[in-house]
Amino acid sequence: MSVNHSILDVEYIKKQTRIALKNCGVIDPERIEEYIRKDGYQALAKALFTLGKEGVLDEVEKSGIRGRGGAGFPTGRKWRSGAQVKGDVKYIICNADEGDPGAFMDRSILEGDPHSVIEAMAIAGYAIGAEKGFIYVRAEYPIAVKRLGIAIEQAHEMGFLGKDIFGQGFNFDIELRLGAGAFVCGEGKALIESIEGKRGMPTPKPPRTIQHGLWNKPTVLNNVETFANIPQIILKGSEWYAKIGTEKSKGTKVFALGGKINRTGLVEIPIGTPLREVIYDIGGGIPNGKKFKAVQTGGPSGGCIPVQELDIKIDYETLQSIGSMMGSGGMIVMDEDNCMVDIARFFLEFSVDESCGKCTPCREGTKKMLELLEKIAEGRGTLDDLEKLESLGETIKDTSLCGLGKSAPNPVLSTLRYFRDEYEAHIIDKKCPAGVCKALLNYVVTDKCVGCGACKKVCPVNAITGDKREMHLINPDICIKCGACQEACPVDAIIKK
Amino acid sequence: MKSFDDLLKLKEKLDEQSDDDKIQILVGLATCGISAGAKPVMESLIEKIKELKLENVVVKQTGCIGICRLEPMFEVYSLDGSRTTYVDMNSEKAKEVVEQHILKGHVIDKYTIGAYD
Repeated sequence: MSVNHSILDVEYIKKQTRIALKNCGVIDPERIEEYIRKDGYQALAKALFTLGKEGVLDEVEKSGIRGRGGAGFPTGRKWRSGAQVKGDVKYIICNADEGDPGAFMDRSILEGDPHSVIEAMAIAGYAIGAEKGFIYVRAEYPIAVKRLGIAIEQAHEMGFLGKDIFGQGFNFDIELRLGAGAFVCGEGKALIESIEGKRGMPTPKPPRTIQHGLWNKPTVLNNVETFANIPQIILKGSEWYAKIGTEKSKGTKVFALGGKINRTGLVEIPIGTPLREVIYDIGGGIPNGKKFKAVQTGGPSGGCIPVQELDIKIDYETLQSIGSMMGSGGMIVMDEDNCMVDIARFFLEFSVDESCGKCTPCREGTKKMLELLEKIAEGRGTLDDLEKLESLGETIKDTSLCGLGKSAPNPVLSTLRYFRDEYEAHIIDKKCPAGVCKALLNYVVTDKCVGCGACKKVCPVNAITGDKREMHLINPDICIKCGACQEACPVDAIIKK
Repeated sequence: MKSFDDLLKLKEKLDEQSDDDKIQILVGLATCGISAGAKPVMESLIEKIKELKLENVVVKQTGCIGICRLEPMFEVYSLDGSRTTYVDMNSEKAKEVVEQHILKGHVIDKYTIGAYD
């Protein structure tokens, strides 16, 4: 038998370009020595000894890297503004409050290579003139928190953090702040409120964080993955980095590939890779011979991309133009068994739960949208409701205070755009084509039935009648659609219709 | 640490002191690996190596290797520079890998990533 023995030889890895994940799964994250052996902290030394502040800002600008938290703001421009704004005290913050359902890119980086983030924060501090950094990390990531703590301590002992780093008169320190579980705290302004010890709620922009951030001081806030790229950019140079990706979006993006796909896992690909390549070549396609229906990117802020858009290249602008977004990197694949109304409802329900309630469009609007979706899923919807969903969605997008509200309608609007026929089937035919929405489906016994009575025995509400060796019947008025009969049937005679 | 040179010298020293002259086994111990059962796998590796009195082998933890569906997994870095990825591991299989691969040098094809992918 000849098989590939090494991870390096399988398609899944060969198609990837690992920059942010370079050390993940290769070094022991709890030993700074191993990071140093992988050229760790050389980027910081290069910044201090060779590049200088201007040089660092130039390199990050020229690299073309954009924020990996999802919005895609050019990191170099953010750092430049941070350096230019006047202030005796400035801050660096790392946003590690990864909360999208199905997303775990940042967790993997923090657990696998915490020093890359620490080194990058020190470089950022040096470039903009900050002496203090905070990592705001979810309390639900205990291993990441533990390894970050160890890494910060080791960096201190070695002199990569603390006073007079490399004898160059540069001081920098990092503190951890644990999130308390609110999704909205991943939003920059709410995150800052939370670090300050207040309730984590967004505040209006402007003023921008870069001028009036943490404790009203100039603050540069970047995502974990953005930081993880920085040491490589500084070490290998902006020219090298800018060769990867597309004209407008340089470098790579890490995605957490999940859902109805053969190879679930973390993938890091050059920006501009066709979506089809990620799903079929890397992800290995859809399991059990099922048909691809859609892929959801960007979590509760993103949208569903249908089959006819599979050939798009993955970048910030293209995804936005088709009603989704890059987001932090969740990528959930759906097959023919997923109901798009149900998917929209799932993500909207998440946003309703997580809305902080400060602004009316998000607090009330998303709730109203959810009520309409529930109505449709239960077969009580009208075509008018679709128009209402669209106009509500647009209004919420335009008028919400922060990114959570501005993007919350996306899953609904994108499914309405590409899967309107499924909504209409729920409304006009009172059917859920995927067989998911319980109120709209009935369990029916087909003529395959051998009359064994197995279904009758497991039915918790006695909805099934029929004599031995005769065809059985399910009374839809009594049936609670639990599906127990279907599981119990030895000849697959019971179907959802 | 006062200069770039100090850092490069430290790296050199660490390279010299490293375990590169030994067979290294890296176990994926991120949240994903641990929840799939990587800790008992790691313990079994250590136990078996001790039992067989193998001295040229070290077992280490690492972060997420990246293939969720095949956890727990570990990789064997051999002295010839080759890298063998064992997937979907459990304590029993891990011990078998130590006996066959580490002790006798026979890679167990059916447990490697190629057999699953």
